[in-house]
Amino acid sequence: MIVMVGGILMILQYFIPHQISQTIFAYYTDWTPIILAFALVLGVGSLTRIHSHKIRRKAKNWQYSYAVLIPLFGMPILAHILPQSLGGGMDSPSIFHFFFMHVQVSIQATMFSLLAFYIASAAFRAFRAKSALATVLLLAAVIVMLGQVPVGELLGKWLPETGLWILRYPNLAAKRAIMLGVGFGMLATNLKIIFGVERNWLGGAGK
Amino acid sequence: MRKNWIVVPALMILLLLPALSVAQGVDEILTPAAEEQLEEPDSWLDAPGAVTVQDKDNDAGDQLLVSFEQPLYTDGIFAYNVYRRIVGEENWNLVKVIPADDPREFIDGYDPEYPIEPGVLYEYRIASVTVDGEEYFGPVCEAGAVSAGEIYHTGKTRVLIASILFIVLIFYYFGKAQRGIKMYMRPIAGIEAIDEAIGRATEMGKPILYVPGISSIADVATIASLTILGRVAKKIAQYQTPLIVPNRDPIVFTVAEEVVKQAYLEAGRPDAFDPDSVFFLTTSQFAYVAGVNGIMMREKPATNFYLGMFYAESLLLAETGSLSGAIQIAGTDAVTQLPFFITTCDYTLIGEELYAASAYLGREPKQIGALKGQDACKAIIMGFITLALVFGIIDVVANTHILDWLRDLVASPIME
Repeated sequence: MIVMVGGILMILQYFIPHQISQTIFAYYTDWTPIILAFALVLGVGSLTRIHSHKIRRKAKNWQYSYAVLIPLFGMPILAHILPQSLGGGMDSPSIFHFFFMHVQVSIQATMFSLLAFYIASAAFRAFRAKSALATVLLLAAVIVMLGQVPVGELLGKWLPETGLWILRYPNLAAKRAIMLGVGFGMLATNLKIIFGVERNWLGGAGK
Repeated sequence: MRKNWIVVPALMILLLLPALSVAQGVDEILTPAAEEQLEEPDSWLDAPGAVTVQDKDNDAGDQLLVSFEQPLYTDGIFAYNVYRRIVGEENWNLVKVIPADDPREFIDGYDPEYPIEPGVLYEYRIASVTVDGEEYFGPVCEAGAVSAGEIYHTGKTRVLIASILFIVLIFYYFGKAQRGIKMYMRPIAGIEAIDEAIGRATEMGKPILYVPGISSIADVATIASLTILGRVAKKIAQYQTPLIVPNRDPIVFTVAEEVVKQAYLEAGRPDAFDPDSVFFLTTSQFAYVAGVNGIMMREKPATNFYLGMFYAESLLLAETGSLSGAIQIAGTDAVTQLPFFITTCDYTLIGEELYAASAYLGREPKQIGALKGQDACKAIIMGFITLALVFGIIDVVANTHILDWLRDLVASPIME
């Protein structure tokens, strides 16, 4: 019932620009960060429970659990207890800042950089001309890729033009078709949730 | 000789004197006119004219449409300062600075520091600002209207009509399905492979990894993923295969935990539910990828499901899963990530197939009805596209403009 009333209110709100409607919408959305804060406590609790169990039971790879738990609690403690720089001033950052910039950011950048190698290996698999359709894909990819770089124009003006045509027409048409389907899928899913046809996401499969 | 030398310049001076006097006379005639042109203009001439204020349509009552007359002389004007105050108050607030070349019409109320209150009467004063920063103030004008919120956005009528039409269609098919009328459902390879993938993991005695995307619960793709998780978890519970569900969003985690617990309960095996199977990892995107990839390489799941909303991490996850030798089923409505999943996964649910998966797995009449309703909506859109194609050809052949008429009818902008 709460979902149904809330859902219908949100639909009506889209068509009513009046301030009362906007206030109700803001009131609803203001709840999101509050719920998120409480859910985060549950999430951290779940992570702590799982890894403490692993350490206690000496489960397989239990040593890695320390690598999770120590930064999980260490970083907030450092941020709250020692927020300021030990050396003072802007030149020597706080310990939290040091770990964030020199450990977390670097590791995240490394993960993201791996994408380049993964794209290369995925492209190799995708562009193997095993069938007629795969050959079309390979040709289209070669034209589009060469059309994007200066050497493509040197090879012939038709190359960037054809690449642009592929992107603007067949590619965009396919994208729009998918997006239209997604739009209707969203609409149908929302209606199913609002009118109680789909309750599985609330933990009531098939009821 | 000396006397002669003095006489020559003296004579020249005498000859030049009348010419100088004539020239001076001309100067006397010209100077007043030139001075009249260069004279500093009256400050009122450089100031903007009257201000016109109208209530803006289709707003919450927090915007006014303000326009003002251009000054007579605009040379040297750099910008216009717009001042506003409530009638009866003393202090003016500078609410907008408009560059001289910009249109002299604007919507007041965007600045959150100086909001427009509904039903309050304001007065305006515009000042021309010179390059030196001098201001030439125009007259104080009381607003001819107060702001009021509307109860219906007239610009969204087309959206409303389309929404009602689609809702009616979906409900019509709901009813049709409930009356027991059999409806055909096109087989989707990715959905049909779910049972096979669960069976494979059971035979191999290895866990199943389910990644519900990295978006929040506000994303419809995440909700669709959680509905599929319920169906999948029910089958997994029947086979008693281990399940791993790492989550990036804390709210999604709590919902996913509840969904899996309920699925085990419905399968009649509540005791088989492992509370450690659904867990929160981290909110950081690439830390989450590192965590899930680590699970893939250590636990070696036999089947990986990636269903929901994905961003740059899609390929990192799917490629690692592919290297670990798992059978992979992905599904997302993120158009930019679909190629990565298609390349690296065994089966991919493209766009709307993700939303249809729950209906396919459940086979409940109402769910199937919703699917058919969706198809009917798509048929209408296809009809419009075909019509646009025909009209476009007619326009070219017969030099008409009927495509513009159709475009105005269907695709006019909803926002002003």
